[in-house]
Amino acid sequence: MNAIQMILVVIVAFLAGMEGILDQWEFHQPLVACTLIGLVTGNLVLGVILGGYLQMIALGWANIGAAVAPDAALASVASAIILVQSGQGTKGIGMATGIAMPLAVAGLFLTMIVRTISTGIVHIMDADAKRGDWRKINMWQWLDVCLQGLRIAIPAALLLAIPASQVRYWLGLMPAWLSDGMSIGGAMVVAVGYAMVINMMASREVWPFFAIGFALAAIKDLTLIALGAIGLALALMYLSLESKGGNGGSSNSDNDGTGDPLGDIIDDY
Amino acid sequence: MADKKIKLTKADRFKVMWHSQFLQASWNYERMQNGGYAYSLIPALRKLYPKKEDMAAALQRHLVFFNVHPYLVSPILGVTLALEEDKANGAKVEDEAIQGVKVGMMGPLAGVGDPVFWYTVRPIVGALGASMAIQGNVLGPILFFVIWNVIRLAFMWYTQEFGYKAGSAITNDMSGGLLQKVTRGASMMGMFVLGSLIERWVNIKFTPIVSKTPVQKGGYIDWGSLPAGAKGIQQALIDQANGLSLTKFKVTTLQNNLDSLIPGLAGLLLTFLCMWLLKKKVSPILIIIAIFIVGVVLHVLHVL
Repeated sequence: MNAIQMILVVIVAFLAGMEGILDQWEFHQPLVACTLIGLVTGNLVLGVILGGYLQMIALGWANIGAAVAPDAALASVASAIILVQSGQGTKGIGMATGIAMPLAVAGLFLTMIVRTISTGIVHIMDADAKRGDWRKINMWQWLDVCLQGLRIAIPAALLLAIPASQVRYWLGLMPAWLSDGMSIGGAMVVAVGYAMVINMMASREVWPFFAIGFALAAIKDLTLIALGAIGLALALMYLSLESKGGNGGSSNSDNDGTGDPLGDIIDDY
Repeated sequence: MADKKIKLTKADRFKVMWHSQFLQASWNYERMQNGGYAYSLIPALRKLYPKKEDMAAALQRHLVFFNVHPYLVSPILGVTLALEEDKANGAKVEDEAIQGVKVGMMGPLAGVGDPVFWYTVRPIVGALGASMAIQGNVLGPILFFVIWNVIRLAFMWYTQEFGYKAGSAITNDMSGGLLQKVTRGASMMGMFVLGSLIERWVNIKFTPIVSKTPVQKGGYIDWGSLPAGAKGIQQALIDQANGLSLTKFKVTTLQNNLDSLIPGLAGLLLTFLCMWLLKKKVSPILIIIAIFIVGVVLHVLHVL
């Protein structure tokens, strides 16, 4: 990796760090972050593939209130750097996803540190507000988001400082059973993200949708777009039938009142 | 109200929307998005309150606790803009009224944002992009990035405009059934997609061999009697395409048996186990690490 590439990697890391908190452009999502690192280091396809695998794992990770989700930004940036430095190509992807997980945890602690510093910063903002000094508030806001950027950029720079030969040596020490096992673990870890999402959304009303989705997915001819269209159509049909068939008051809660005319007839017996 | 002296133009409102992308930049444990909310409004406040003490009052007014989904802030900003505009034009708008609208919209809207954006749109668009990316297709990440940001920016702009035009009247709609319907619809579609994602992407392959039965003569490719050279390869490929077995034995692994019963069953059970553990307040990080360890151990034992 030459100097320009290293600088570009650090810039990508900075963007990912900012987005990790802002959650707008999604530069911190593995699919985007790994691809960009692949692009600037000349390993575009490798980055894309790693991004795809990590994205599958990270689908359910979201910044919500008090719930702590693993940090996708550090995981994707650092594991992409390690994969590129290792020179293992696509063979190393299982290893890289395995390494990404502890990094996702480490990233959490870094976020906590920055969020604590931010608490101090808003007190400075209070003082600026009292003076009506909007320029200072703008400045602190930018400074704060830069801290979030550095949260990922600094670890990325440190990783780059380790020579590739050293990374290769360390990874060479890893026996095949361990890296193969980690790939297998990586394929299973996906379930955790899904479980988090389901726990948030599930109610008695929506489980049948889950069952239909699971059953239909076994038909491999259906693409994801087709599945999405079926899901959307089912939800729309359900809601419109409910407003037509429900005898009033059926839409106010998640569990009772299905708006099912047949059910109403059976209830009447 | 034709006599409004100061009016926020479309450009002003666009600047506010652009600023609101930094809503979470100063996310903190004390008042969460307060700095971001004040920051988002600054382009409008500068125009509305040229006097320094008015500006100071407005900034302080918006540095109080605030927390909502980062995209669902847009309708709230829209309403706030409408109220602040009235206030700057001399209408009697109490601070409490502005505060009340903000707090009143915060709760219900935060509840909509998470299931719609984080649990439905992002998993769907993400899985779509990722499934292409895994095959090395660069279109995967590009599609994800473009689709996501088009949806996001359009949503933020139009809901902010909607809030601005509706003004404080929007709070009446909030309790109505529409929002709830959107949330429920998103949960239904989300669950459907999750069901299919689990079937497709939670990969567990049990390798133990259950049975090894000899294939009848004529049911497998007889490698010894193939013609030599390229012709032989051609014949072998034709035979294989006709459904002949490559070896004399038909090997059935545990996975083949499971697949004929319910494909994806193991992944489904693992997901349920994770849900149960999460409900028992086991940290997701711990579960992830445990799954990696189990994966390595079972691989060494030749189960996976």
